[in-house]
Amino acid sequence: MSAPAIDFEALVTRGKDGSFRFEAAIEGMTCAACIGDIESALRNLPGLIAARVNYTNRRLSLEWRESAFELAGVSERLRRMGYRLHPFELANGERAEQETSKRLLRCLAIAAFAAMNIMLLSAAVWIGEGADIDPATRDMFHGLSALIALPAAAFAGQPFFESAFNALRARRLNMDVPISLGVVLALAMSVYETLNHAERAYFDSAIMLLAFLLLGRYLDAAMRRKTRSVAANLAALRAPLACRLGADGRETMIAAAQLRRGDHVVARAGEVLPADGVVIAGVSTLDESLVTGETARRHVAAGDRVYAGSLNYDGALTLQVEAAGGGTLLGEIERLLEKATSARSRYVRLADRVSRFYAPVVHLAALATALFWLWRGASMHDALVTAISVLIVTCPCALALAVPAVQVVASGALFRAGVLLNAADALERFAQIDTVVFDKTGTLTSPHPCVVNAQDIAPDLALVAAGLARASSHPLALAVARARPDAPMLADVTEERGQGVRALIEGVEARLGSPSFCGLEREVADLGALAPEVSLVGFRHGVRYALFKLRQTLRDDAAATLAALARRSLTIEILSGDRAEAVESVAKALDVAEWRGGLKPADKVARIGALRSAGHKVLMVGDGLNDAPALVSAYASMSPIDATQVTQAAADAVFLGDRLAPVLAMVETSVHAQRVMRQNLALSAAYNLCATPLAMLGLLTPLIAAAAMSGSSLLVTLNALRTGAQPRALREGAP
Amino acid sequence: MTVLLFLVPLALALGFVGLMAFLWSLKSGQYDDLDGAAQRVLSNDDIEEERR
Repeated sequence: MSAPAIDFEALVTRGKDGSFRFEAAIEGMTCAACIGDIESALRNLPGLIAARVNYTNRRLSLEWRESAFELAGVSERLRRMGYRLHPFELANGERAEQETSKRLLRCLAIAAFAAMNIMLLSAAVWIGEGADIDPATRDMFHGLSALIALPAAAFAGQPFFESAFNALRARRLNMDVPISLGVVLALAMSVYETLNHAERAYFDSAIMLLAFLLLGRYLDAAMRRKTRSVAANLAALRAPLACRLGADGRETMIAAAQLRRGDHVVARAGEVLPADGVVIAGVSTLDESLVTGETARRHVAAGDRVYAGSLNYDGALTLQVEAAGGGTLLGEIERLLEKATSARSRYVRLADRVSRFYAPVVHLAALATALFWLWRGASMHDALVTAISVLIVTCPCALALAVPAVQVVASGALFRAGVLLNAADALERFAQIDTVVFDKTGTLTSPHPCVVNAQDIAPDLALVAAGLARASSHPLALAVARARPDAPMLADVTEERGQGVRALIEGVEARLGSPSFCGLEREVADLGALAPEVSLVGFRHGVRYALFKLRQTLRDDAAATLAALARRSLTIEILSGDRAEAVESVAKALDVAEWRGGLKPADKVARIGALRSAGHKVLMVGDGLNDAPALVSAYASMSPIDATQVTQAAADAVFLGDRLAPVLAMVETSVHAQRVMRQNLALSAAYNLCATPLAMLGLLTPLIAAAAMSGSSLLVTLNALRTGAQPRALREGAP
Repeated sequence: MTVLLFLVPLALALGFVGLMAFLWSLKSGQYDDLDGAAQRVLSNDDIEEERR
């Protein structure tokens, strides 16, 4: 079987110096030895300047200068070694994420360097205080601190200053406003005090504050970047390659995203349709469960409209690519998505809600302090110094770390549990849900069909059948093969397109495929009427034969997960686009009282809208294209990694694997994280309550300010680490 | 106290060298693939080349 050449050229980027660059995700890289394997295999290719494997995110980047260099050769060479290249375009979001985290690291390095050196000088002043430090030496130390602190703050404070400025321009307050104000005022006052040969300066507090906050932000950005690069790789691995039929009848593989309207595309049996379009040649049956939720397959022939994401079962189809037009299913879904997105109320994050309340209180307290001291007859200078030290001590270092620290640790724990977070505020919203709505097909049921009558088939026969099935790419054959993963791969297997596979086993021909291909029509007739979602695969080896019954089955842990969710007193509902009878049987098996079948995408949105207006906060879990509008209109949403891309983009979180447990893990972790966030906010508020009176009375020394600030930050961070324990749902269910 | 006049600048200069080294390593992409760097040190492809 010769695969058509893959056309990578469109994804090559040209560097400034005339070199070419190309990046791809690698599939099949299992261990560190693969790094050397791949790089040495590519070392002596003509024209190639650099080939470097990034082991952390499983990517290969290539750089070459001459156009003589052939990219297809690289792909072919790696394919023969057992690796597959999946080219992708680096999403803008990911590139921006990389830039942000690099910038934060640079700022952090500078702030940390400055903080350490200033602390060195400050400690000397503190030790000398009350003892024998000579005022000239103290002034020199303060002056040196200023020389280090001012440029460092000007550089490392930029992320905060920018964000605060943007917020103020939009007439909002965020956490960065009091931070920026505190840092700037502390520095300004310290410079003034230094020039006046005063005993106290607060350079150390200001810079340490920046360093602590930058550390929190950097960890947050690094976690987000990791999640995003894993998501991008998974997307590239699953990104359908389309087989385009050129005008001259030549077939080339290109990324589906590069298909243009009017292109002709060939989709073979077992392949997922790469684009929406109209069939112009061929007949086949399509599994559209990912699109509509319907499990019974649809027959299509020339002239029928088909959708991206449908699985082509039987024959090769040639499609003409079309953009989504009005009146089609996809057009309707896009319209609903738009409507749901604009209707969604913007969630205000916990930290912003706190700062909205907190910032005015801080500023009022500082003002009150200044007025009080003036009233008591203190000089203008003393009153201002006291007011500013109130601002410094209340500067929300711990408060600003309280929420992000928990988010970093919790999303790290979720990442290990197989949940990738799309939305930054997802954790907070998941913690508040009281109703969980599941889609049926592909969410409660596993995305692939399974053999359901394995116990009726002789084990040795099933083993041979599975070995034969492994040679085929047909989705039903894959299911037969999955039933016996221990089966050996057979050599010399012939595949008859759209019918089945055959091979000689012990000198006798064995066939696996449609019942008619195996000559089993009479046996099928004996079985009588079958439910429409059941498929049959025949197997014949000489006189022996078997009929495999396949259907989509419930995910292994679906019942356990739903029971655990119900124990958390969450209401559970099933909304499905599939036929009512099929939904009813699933709802009965899972003991769910509320279910609806035969729903159109708009009906799902309407049902979720009704729940919302009844005051419920709904978590929607779904995978189909028809679920996407419902996911957006729900309070929080999740989808499995097998979902269509539109759906994944609409969901707040995506989970990996064949189990449903990550949904439970997500709910548990977010509830736990929410609790720890609240504790952290309370802790930092308590710290402020203790320290602020000291500052107001004018008793705050730089030593106390620095100690209190780092102490409360450490406390909050340590408390956040408790969120990192593996979610109980996975710990118990782990194999 | 005149010892401070060269000790403090010396301490600052040393710290500054460290900072510059870090910024340089960041810029040259040494933090892009931390897992890979940990594993690459174990590969012995350079030894094989000598043998050939």
